[in-house]
Amino acid sequence: MMKKTITPTQQLKLSRRQFLVGSGSFAIGVAFGAPLFTAAGKAVAQGAGLAPNQWVTIALDGTITILSPASEMGQGTLTAMPLCVAEDLDADWSRVKVVQAGHNPKQLGNKLFGGIMATGASRTTRGYYEVLRIAGAQARQVILISTAEKWGVPVAELSTEKSMVMHKGSGRSISYGEVAAFAKVPDPLPQITPAMLKPAGQFRLIGKDVPRIDLPDKTRGAAKYGIDMRLDGMLYGAVLRAPVQKDAPANIDDSGAKAVKGYVKTVPLPYGVGIIAENTWAARQAKDALKVAWAGKAPAMNYSSDAVANDYAKAAADLDLSKIGVEVEGHGSAPKNIKAAARVLKADFVTEHMAHMCLEPMNATARFSGDKLEIWAPTQSPSIATFACAAVLKMQPGDISVNTTLLGGGFGRRVDADFVIDAALLAKAADGKPVKVTWTREDDVRNDKYRPLVAQHLEVGLDAKNNIVGWHHRLAGESIYARANPGAFKAAGGRDAPFHEGAEVVYDIHDITIEYARQERGIDVGFWRAVGGGYTKHAVETMIDEVAAQAKTDPVEYRLKMLSRQPRAQAVIREAARMADWKKPRPAGHALGVAYSDMWETHIAEIVEVSLDRKTGQIMVHNVWAAVDTGVAVLPRNVATQVEGAIVYGISGALKEQVIFKDGVPQQSNFHDYQVLRMNEVPEIKVKVLVTNNPPGGVGECGLPPVAPAIANAVAKLTGKRLRHLPFNQERVKAALAA
Amino acid sequence: MQLTVNGKAVEADVAPETPLLWVLRDTLGMTGTKFGCGMAQCGACTVHVDGAPTRSCVMPVSAVAGKQITTIEGLSAGGEHPLQKAWVAEAVPQCGYCQSGQIMTAAALLKNTPKPSRKQIVDAMSGNICRCGTYNQIVAAVQRAASAKA
Repeated sequence: MMKKTITPTQQLKLSRRQFLVGSGSFAIGVAFGAPLFTAAGKAVAQGAGLAPNQWVTIALDGTITILSPASEMGQGTLTAMPLCVAEDLDADWSRVKVVQAGHNPKQLGNKLFGGIMATGASRTTRGYYEVLRIAGAQARQVILISTAEKWGVPVAELSTEKSMVMHKGSGRSISYGEVAAFAKVPDPLPQITPAMLKPAGQFRLIGKDVPRIDLPDKTRGAAKYGIDMRLDGMLYGAVLRAPVQKDAPANIDDSGAKAVKGYVKTVPLPYGVGIIAENTWAARQAKDALKVAWAGKAPAMNYSSDAVANDYAKAAADLDLSKIGVEVEGHGSAPKNIKAAARVLKADFVTEHMAHMCLEPMNATARFSGDKLEIWAPTQSPSIATFACAAVLKMQPGDISVNTTLLGGGFGRRVDADFVIDAALLAKAADGKPVKVTWTREDDVRNDKYRPLVAQHLEVGLDAKNNIVGWHHRLAGESIYARANPGAFKAAGGRDAPFHEGAEVVYDIHDITIEYARQERGIDVGFWRAVGGGYTKHAVETMIDEVAAQAKTDPVEYRLKMLSRQPRAQAVIREAARMADWKKPRPAGHALGVAYSDMWETHIAEIVEVSLDRKTGQIMVHNVWAAVDTGVAVLPRNVATQVEGAIVYGISGALKEQVIFKDGVPQQSNFHDYQVLRMNEVPEIKVKVLVTNNPPGGVGECGLPPVAPAIANAVAKLTGKRLRHLPFNQERVKAALAA
Repeated sequence: MQLTVNGKAVEADVAPETPLLWVLRDTLGMTGTKFGCGMAQCGACTVHVDGAPTRSCVMPVSAVAGKQITTIEGLSAGGEHPLQKAWVAEAVPQCGYCQSGQIMTAAALLKNTPKPSRKQIVDAMSGNICRCGTYNQIVAAVQRAASAKA
């Protein structure tokens, strides 16, 4: 056995950015953006304690430091992931200190993202759950081995509870902190297999609704987001971008900017003009005073939503073999069967662009020290931020360190690194001073990585008994991955996983063809909460309702029948129907609609109750009932509020949100013309979490996909009219009613 | 310029038209008050000026000289305001970015209307956007705080 760094000389030293979260009897620490902590083990190298592996450090005073690898954007990961380590470590949770991990993908990356550090696609718990539990179990094993050796007893006779090791035979006990003083880290480390993990029945933390550690600070204005960064000598930046994305400045007149009090510098950028100033307000005033002539050579110069939607709809409905694009999924012979079918149901769907509207506008802070770049950013991926800055600034990734701060909302927007590049480029021109770049809301709305504008065509062939003999679903739109992840796009043969996710059919249908016809107009599209599921399920789940109606079968009964081999699906649908009292008559003018999703390995059924003002076209959502089976729920109450939040986000998107382009220019700019759901529009929402022993599924997005189709299905029940153009705003509802 | 923030006199050397929000955040380093829209649409920047909920992002600092400004940092000594406790008990925050403004708006409501009806809560709070969708939890927390006060 080899002894690793255990020098009991001083307390674990944390950086000055650490802050404590006291919550009743708990005193749980959270440290953010601590660059020295590339791994917990390194922290120990400067202090004292036991570092059994890269995730956990046990200090002599019993404090257990656990790294949290994902970005905290509201989903609770800062509590949930360390909790998994603590569970199998049998740690005393009240003595746990959570540290937001620095960028160290080699040791801390998510296997579901090919080993990089990224947060999104509902992959954090799915990617880390077992890894972190094994890390906890391994740390516990190190403690047991050392204690057994010290006491001269077999490991098998020892037990643990709340950071204590007990030996029943002799009545001895010792705290983890005391063990840390003499413990040896074996080399190699004890190997833990999933079979050795604690059985679910013995959980003390997982599934027990441990309070989220980030809440108290978030009620006191003490939580630090990226936008709250303050460094000695820090300057403030703003960036003016072209009205049409990918255009470039041709001529810059900054005489007005120079006249602004607090102006420091103009920094021409390949894609715009940066301003450095002494404070945020001065930077903004100076930016607004810039007079820039743009080259006028962007690919999307003529991009107008109406015309593009028409073109895409034609592409989606064009069944000519030469226009197929790529086949996403195909089995059986759907097109052939549909040609021979007794009846064919056809529907065309359009979804407009949408913006994320994270309440914290995009921002980042950067500082050069010689040729090293340090960044503090509310990013969903320090890895992507690192690689993007390395590419743009022609640097080695190893010379860039990214510290992830709290995120004031992410929703997929902060996977992209454009705002981080802003800070890096301005810092490069700031002579070693740190620069914080803050976007305005207008910058944010006009330069989002929008949800794609999508057209879908869906044909379903039925036999004489209304059995489905063929399902043919075609999607057309600008690719997400071709821009954001070209490697994956190419490797998948031009399929765009996030774009068409959710189109896969889980119902008992044998003959299925799904195709993606990529369109290229030069508009950047990205990951919007639930990504493809936000529109693919609109098509799939409303079509299932149409087939049920054709078969004169209740839509809940029809789904149960068509999911005969999916007990988890059936359970959530039955539970949602029970919660909603599905068969109960509703007040006149009210109707229910149902939809189901199995995305991200989570099963969820939602039922909505709506009414409609036919004069104005305004849809009112009165109630939502959701039943969700996400397998093991690490924080069940948090799962429920995540689902509720996604439902609110989904209603907002389904009824209100759109960014309309005219000649390449987004027409919306702030919350007055890009309206999102407010409190007076929010329905009663009941969420039931069905806990099962399945591996944990995704939580942050699962609530969203069923929302739009459930609303459309309810409106169809009420009016006989199918809503197929998202969002279902007043104008479109009126048009659908008149059609 | 002389300002009174959370009961303390402070001096800020800024242009008089600078919005109070940026004086608080950049000049005074009080970052609990948040920037969300810059046009009084989202409520993230809400502070109290002489007790009244005010959107600091559109309030020129010159207009609040001599008035009592209260920010989230000054609402209570240690996060012990009934609303702050209720916010934790109801597990309201998700990303948390809007919650300073939500709490400041709710605090002004409870000051004038200690026992608000659901409708009064919704009317008072609908100017504050929560993009994470914690609205129903906010209502529950305001109701909890209102009953705790009784």
